[in-house]
Amino acid sequence: MTTRKKVLWGVGGALIVVYCLFPIAWIVSVSFKAPSDLANRSFLPTALTWENYRLILTGGASDLFLPALRNSFAICLIATAISCLLAMFAAYAIARLDFPGKKLILSTALVVAIFPVISIVTPLFNLWRQIGLYDTWPGLIIPYLSLTLPISIWTMSAFFREIPWELEQAAQVDGATTWQAFRRVIVPLAAPGVFTTAIIAFFIAWNDFIYGISLTSTEAARPVPAALGLFTGASQFEEPTGAISAAAVIVTIPVVVLVLLFQRRIVAGLTNGAVKG
Amino acid sequence: MSTTTLPPTKKTAPVSAPKGTTSDRARSERKLAWLLAGPAFLVMLLVTAYPILQATYESLFDYRLTDPDNRSFVGLGNYGVILSDPLWWQSIGITAFITAVTVLVELVLGFALALVMVKALRALRPILRAAILIPYAVITVVSAFAWQFAFDINSGFVNSWFTWLPGVAADTDWFGDRWTSLLVICLAEIWKTTPFISLLLLAGLAQVPEVLQEAAKVDGATRWQRMWRVTIPNMKAAIMVALLFRTLDAFRVFDTIFIMTNGANGTESVSFLAYRQTIARLEIGLGSAVSVLLFLAVVLIAFVFIKGFKVDLAQARGE
Repeated sequence: MTTRKKVLWGVGGALIVVYCLFPIAWIVSVSFKAPSDLANRSFLPTALTWENYRLILTGGASDLFLPALRNSFAICLIATAISCLLAMFAAYAIARLDFPGKKLILSTALVVAIFPVISIVTPLFNLWRQIGLYDTWPGLIIPYLSLTLPISIWTMSAFFREIPWELEQAAQVDGATTWQAFRRVIVPLAAPGVFTTAIIAFFIAWNDFIYGISLTSTEAARPVPAALGLFTGASQFEEPTGAISAAAVIVTIPVVVLVLLFQRRIVAGLTNGAVKG
Repeated sequence: MSTTTLPPTKKTAPVSAPKGTTSDRARSERKLAWLLAGPAFLVMLLVTAYPILQATYESLFDYRLTDPDNRSFVGLGNYGVILSDPLWWQSIGITAFITAVTVLVELVLGFALALVMVKALRALRPILRAAILIPYAVITVVSAFAWQFAFDINSGFVNSWFTWLPGVAADTDWFGDRWTSLLVICLAEIWKTTPFISLLLLAGLAQVPEVLQEAAKVDGATRWQRMWRVTIPNMKAAIMVALLFRTLDAFRVFDTIFIMTNGANGTESVSFLAYRQTIARLEIGLGSAVSVLLFLAVVLIAFVFIKGFKVDLAQARGE
C-alpha cells in the first residue's frame, strides 16, 4: 500500500472511531453538567460537577437507581447463567451427536430469536398478575430466557463444532478415563466458547426494556433501563437530564469494560452465531 | 451482467446407518441427545409458544383488566376493530418506514465500515473493533437518551452547531413534528445497529475467495467492477442474513420511540401500539390481537425473505 492510501484508510478508521464514540462522549459530558449549564447548548460543560452522580448514588434519586442497578445485575446474571447451562447441553448434543431433530432445535431457536417481544409481554402481563410473578425477579428471569437462550444455543453450537472432538478419544487411548478426558481435554477447549456466549447473552439481557417496563411496577424488580425510561425529575418542572445521563453512564461502564477486555472473542461469537451457526 | 462465483463444492452426505435399521447404539445416541437438548428446547417453547397461544386465545375476547366481569367472547371482532382503525395502519406505515430507512442506510454504511476495517492497518484493528462494539453493547435506552438530549431544543448542541444547514434554526423543535422526530429516531437506531451489520458483512468479506479477486484484477477489471461483479455476488449470503436479522429487529422498534416521543405526533410503531393497548390501557383483548398481528407480520417478513429472496442460512454458514 502506498503511504497516501495508508493515510486515507487511517482517516477512514479515525472517522469510525469518532462515529462510534461521539454519542457516548456527549452523554458523559451531559452527566458532568450543572443544571445551569444544561441550557448553554454547548457540547462540553463549562465546569465539571459530580452533582448528578451524587444525586443518583447517595442523593434523592438513589432509592430509585440503586435498587434498579441491583435488580439488573442479579436478573441478567441469573438469566445468563441459566441459558448458558441449558445451551451448553443442547449445543453439545447438536455439535457432537447424530440425531434427528437437530435442525428442529436450531430453527426453533431462530424463530424464538425473531419473536416480537411485545407479543410475549401481553399474555405474560396478565398471567404473571394471576400467579403472583408480576414485579418479581423470576417474573423477569423467565421471559429473559426467550432473549438469551436462542442466541446462546446458536453461538455455542458454532463454537462447539470447531472443537476437535477426536482429542477426547486420543486422550482415552493414552490411558485417561472418560471423565479425565472430558475434564482435561474438552472442558478447556469449550470454555472460551461458553464464556463468549455468556457475554453476548448478558449484553442482550442487560439491554432489555420492554419486559422491564411491562412486568414490574416497583423497585422490587424493576431493572435499570426501565427505571431510566420512567425516571422523572425531583419536581414536575425539573428535567432530570443530568441525573439520567449520570445513570446512563454508570450502566454503560460494565458493557464498555467487557468490550475492551474481550472484543476479539465477542466479534468471533457474534459472527459465528449468525453466519456460521 | 455477469457475476463471478466459485462453483459449489460437492458435498457428500454423512455416512449413517441405513434407514429402518436403527442400531441400539444410534437409538441410545438419540436418547442421550434429546436428554441433553430437550430442556433447552422445552424452555424455548414454554417462553414463546405458550404466550403466543395464550395471546391468540385472549384476542378472541372483549376483555378489560379493569372490568373483568364483563369479559365476553367476540370471535374475530377485535381484529375487525383493529384492521378498520386508521391508527393501526398508521403504526404499520411508521414501522415500515423506520425499517426501510434504517436497514437501507445501515447496509450501505455497514458495508463502508467493513471495507475500512478490512483495509485498516493491522495495528489499528483492535481499536476499530473495540470502537465498533461500543454502539452494539450500549443499551438502546441510553443511546436514545444521548440522541434525544443532543437534539433537545433546550439542552442540545445540534441546534447551535448546525444552524448553517437549511431548515435548522436555533429554535428548531425536532420532537414537535412527526417527520423530524422520525429522523432523529432513525439516526439513533442507525447509530446503534450499524456496527452489528458491519461485523456480519466483515465476516462475509472474509469469505470472498482471494483467487477470484486476483483473477479479475489480472483480467483488467476496475476496482468498481471487482466490487460489483466479484465481491458483492460472493457475499450475497452474508448480506441476506444481515438484512433478514436487521429487518426483523427493526420491525420490532420500541425502546427509542418510547424514550424520545412516547408515541406523540404520530410516531407510534406497531410494538408501541400493542404496549399502549395492553399495559397502559389494560385492554387485554385488543392488545393481544395487536400482538398476534405483529407476530404474523414478522412471520410474513421472514417467510418472504427465506422463500422470496432465497436466503439460505446453510449456505451463509459456509456449509
